[in-house]
Amino acid sequence: MANWIPLWVHKLSSPPNFYRFAGVVRPWALALALITGAVALYGGLVLAPADYQQGDAYRIIFIHVPSAWMSLFIYGVMAVASFISLVWRIKLAEVVAMESAPIGAAFTFITLVTGSLWGKPMWGTWWTWDARLTSELVLLFLYLGVIGLYHSFEDRRQGARAAAFLAIIGIINVPIVHFSVNWWNTLHQGSTVRILGPSKISGDMLWPLLTMMAATKFYYIASLFGRVRTDLLSMESGKDWVKQIADAYGSASAASAGRAGAAEKESKA
Amino acid sequence: MSAFLAMGGYAMYVWPAYAVFFIVLIADYLNPSLRRRRNLRELRSRMARQAARQQRNPTPP
Amino acid sequence: MNPTRKRRLTIVLLIVAAAAVAVGLIVFALQQNMNYLFTPSQVQTGQANGYKTFRLGGMVKAGSIQRSNDSLKVTFTVVDASGSMPVEYNGILPDLFRDNQSVIATGHMDNARFMATEVLAKHDETYMPKELKDAMAKAHEGKHVNEEAGQDKPQ
Repeated sequence: MANWIPLWVHKLSSPPNFYRFAGVVRPWALALALITGAVALYGGLVLAPADYQQGDAYRIIFIHVPSAWMSLFIYGVMAVASFISLVWRIKLAEVVAMESAPIGAAFTFITLVTGSLWGKPMWGTWWTWDARLTSELVLLFLYLGVIGLYHSFEDRRQGARAAAFLAIIGIINVPIVHFSVNWWNTLHQGSTVRILGPSKISGDMLWPLLTMMAATKFYYIASLFGRVRTDLLSMESGKDWVKQIADAYGSASAASAGRAGAAEKESKA
Repeated sequence: MSAFLAMGGYAMYVWPAYAVFFIVLIADYLNPSLRRRRNLRELRSRMARQAARQQRNPTPP
Repeated sequence: MNPTRKRRLTIVLLIVAAAAVAVGLIVFALQQNMNYLFTPSQVQTGQANGYKTFRLGGMVKAGSIQRSNDSLKVTFTVVDASGSMPVEYNGILPDLFRDNQSVIATGHMDNARFMATEVLAKHDETYMPKELKDAMAKAHEGKHVNEEAGQDKPQ
């Protein structure tokens, strides 16, 4: 392993260590997601004023734009993790890549559906084949392709390798989605939130949007860590550390079943 | 409150959009838990079968 | 064929189909988007001649909207920086359709008039409350007047 990678990263990428780490982080990530999400929703649905042009219909922005951003961001993470898994053959990278795909697909689907529900009243159509909408749909197909490829091989590692290749090749679509509104004539308008320069949205509408962007990031971590933990258990099921967990799970569920059984007996008596 | 729900006349677009957002993400979040429970149950039965086999045919020292 | 292989074959075929659809969409979109729409000037210089139906994109000229009393028929003019095109349309218009709004109309040419079968409104990427918009409009107005007053007009 390269010398510049600190020891704790090296240690963390071992399955039992990451399993424990993820188990600690996950509930906190979910809590942060729910809290920031609730604040964002209150800010966007209740506090923010109606738009001068779109009235209250624009409020779809508070879920559509963060989902769109996540659909691209997660693809980037998936592509990078795929690359690492192919070059360095690190199991954790492979799991992160493969389990990011369904989450990314979920956000892409949400983007397309909420966008359609927004487009019908504002533009006058549920769909159009302009560069932005079409490339986002292609992104969904790429995600589904990665998921399908991963599951189509009996040997999971082989499936992951094939899926990783697709993920890496598909990264070209991410800048296409983002710059589509600049490069081509589109029905979809240009970017509202700018990283360099002022954003074209008033402050009381911007802060709920940015807060929801943070909430979806926390959510991604919570969802990803849950999926990675489940995957690690099944991938390493022959190992002792997994068997220990299976034992503990059995006694825990037996104990709660016992408690439930005892309670039932008591209530029947 | 009814003005809030009416969303300026766009309620039939805004609320389904929010519903899709929540339903899809909840489904996504719960997915691994169901898998995990199933996997652990299967692993436990496999381990039990293995233990039973070991008892019947103890490996020689 | 044993069931495992059959299952795998099905999934692989589905993936191949999905990939083919994706590539097809990219090609389709790129082709269509080389010409997603034509502006009035582009139509006037003959760039849309090869297309039976196409999209006309531009701005609704202020004051040009004329609605018929007894039907959904409406006529208006679409303009861009250097061209204009009369449009006729029969149907429901989107909420955002009005003077100075960007529109994309799908249809075909009938002599010098564009007969639209669909009219979509395009909105820009700014979002702000009505009060802010009104305040900005007033400030812009005031500035415009002052600039004129400040110029030395020859008698």
